[in-house]
Amino acid sequence: MSAVETQAKADSAIVTIANVSKIFGELKALNNVSLAIEPGTVQCIIGPSGSGKSTLLRCINQLEKIDQGAIRVDGELIGYRRVGDELHELTDAEIARQRLVTGMVFQRFNLFNHMTALQNIVEGPLTVLKQPRKQIIAEAMALLERVGLADKRDSYPSELSGGQQQRVAIARALAMKPKLMLFDEPTSALDPELVGEVLNVMRDLAASGMTMIVVTHELGFAREVAGDVVFMDKGEIVEQGPPQTVLVAPRQARTRDFIAAVLK
Amino acid sequence: MSDATSPISSRDLAAVSHLRIVPRRFYGRWVASAIILAILAWVVMAFVEGDIAWPVVRQFFTAPAIIAGLGNTLIMTVCAMTLGVVLGVVFAIMYMSPNPVLRSVALFYIWFFRGTPLLLQLLIWFNLALVFPTIGIPGLFSWRTIDIIGPFMATLLGLGMNQGAYTAEVVRGGILSVDTGQTEAAKAIGMTRLTTLRRIVLPQAMRVIIPPVGNEVISMVKLTSVASVIQYAEILRNAQTIYYANARVIELLIVAAGWYLLVVTILQVGQYFLERHFSKGRGGRRAKRAAVQEGAA
Repeated sequence: MSAVETQAKADSAIVTIANVSKIFGELKALNNVSLAIEPGTVQCIIGPSGSGKSTLLRCINQLEKIDQGAIRVDGELIGYRRVGDELHELTDAEIARQRLVTGMVFQRFNLFNHMTALQNIVEGPLTVLKQPRKQIIAEAMALLERVGLADKRDSYPSELSGGQQQRVAIARALAMKPKLMLFDEPTSALDPELVGEVLNVMRDLAASGMTMIVVTHELGFAREVAGDVVFMDKGEIVEQGPPQTVLVAPRQARTRDFIAAVLK
Repeated sequence: MSDATSPISSRDLAAVSHLRIVPRRFYGRWVASAIILAILAWVVMAFVEGDIAWPVVRQFFTAPAIIAGLGNTLIMTVCAMTLGVVLGVVFAIMYMSPNPVLRSVALFYIWFFRGTPLLLQLLIWFNLALVFPTIGIPGLFSWRTIDIIGPFMATLLGLGMNQGAYTAEVVRGGILSVDTGQTEAAKAIGMTRLTTLRRIVLPQAMRVIIPPVGNEVISMVKLTSVASVIQYAEILRNAQTIYYANARVIELLIVAAGWYLLVVTILQVGQYFLERHFSKGRGGRRAKRAAVQEGAA
């Protein structure tokens, strides 16, 4: 790819990660990572635990602060405002506004425990977007319908299975109408028989044209849904390409070893 | 009674299952109960036969001065506890703030008000006029301290600030008990730090905060009696004023004790319902409802 082509691709991208590093004490969690994600695509990120894939995802919606490099989301530099030759840190409220572009689904669901399924979904539109309650509830019910849990609207998280909780969590993220969905190992905390229901919801979402960045160990899902797969190890991108290449015929030995270990 | 347990063949087992069961006798419990009941009877008798004029107790139980004192006790409990909880929340948040100045101030506050006796604090507030004859912003306005800090204000500040120091630690514990994932999820849907605290963290922290604060409300009802030292007309002080006049010391102390017990009993019932409300989503309320429905079915 020529420099011009790279530039053109980066311009149309919804997320552009440029030379990002993140250090936790002694550990370099991310080491000069660059990645661009086009709107409407599904980007899967795979790799062993501790490879930095979750950290990368969390940097995109500023749950982690980056130490070097820059990230652009939906045309905006995130976390900072450029003033001349300086980068000024954004305020709490400005960061909160930038996060509205992304929705996030966590490994451990993180549903608000003191709220019912419906209240969880309604909370963001109500308190953050300050939309009228009537409209919100209708939309929230439609979302519950979409993830197949309309009958669980009044259940508290403690009364739902892991798979149901994760589907509510997806609905909660979608209620904010994000342009981009981040999934941080959404099925890793689930019992094996519940993984399918969550992946099905994610498949539908991908089919509807949602841009998704998915950190996952579900290689089958990645092969089927991803437009592009990145393999990370030790804070670096080792290999990137279409799933047929990275997952089926990887060029790098490290990728091969990882895939063999997962499939075993 | 045989000394040994009974070896049994598997054939006999079926026959044994029809035999009558004789429950174990707990002789130790019977003896203990008898002793305790005897002691109780002795105490009750002592009070009945003792030199207590029960009609006087009945007469003063609803005396205007006692009821007024009770009113002041309750007002002070509510005001001091409100101040204490507000200060507690504010200082807990300051304590957990990344700002070193806010954190240090909170640490100092908790250190000072927990480190000195309540009675001493009350006396300091009550005698504040000795140090600062006037309060205000110089040049703008000022009041004479003596006019502002009377018995009520001194008691309120003393009890409230002291309570705030304890409540701050309780609130901090409650906030720490909420999983960080909750905060991250709130941030991820675009909530600011303050909204997250108000909508997500504090409501869940309440489950942990309510039981100790409930205890402290009950303590506070009784703690207000310390304010009798600085002339706040709460129930104990009014009882004292009466018995200085009529010398019915024990009778009036019994009147005060009766009222304290009554108020505390009511508060305990209230605490039960409050705790149930804030255990929402933790299986508390739902589990109970389900159990009731099951029982009905």
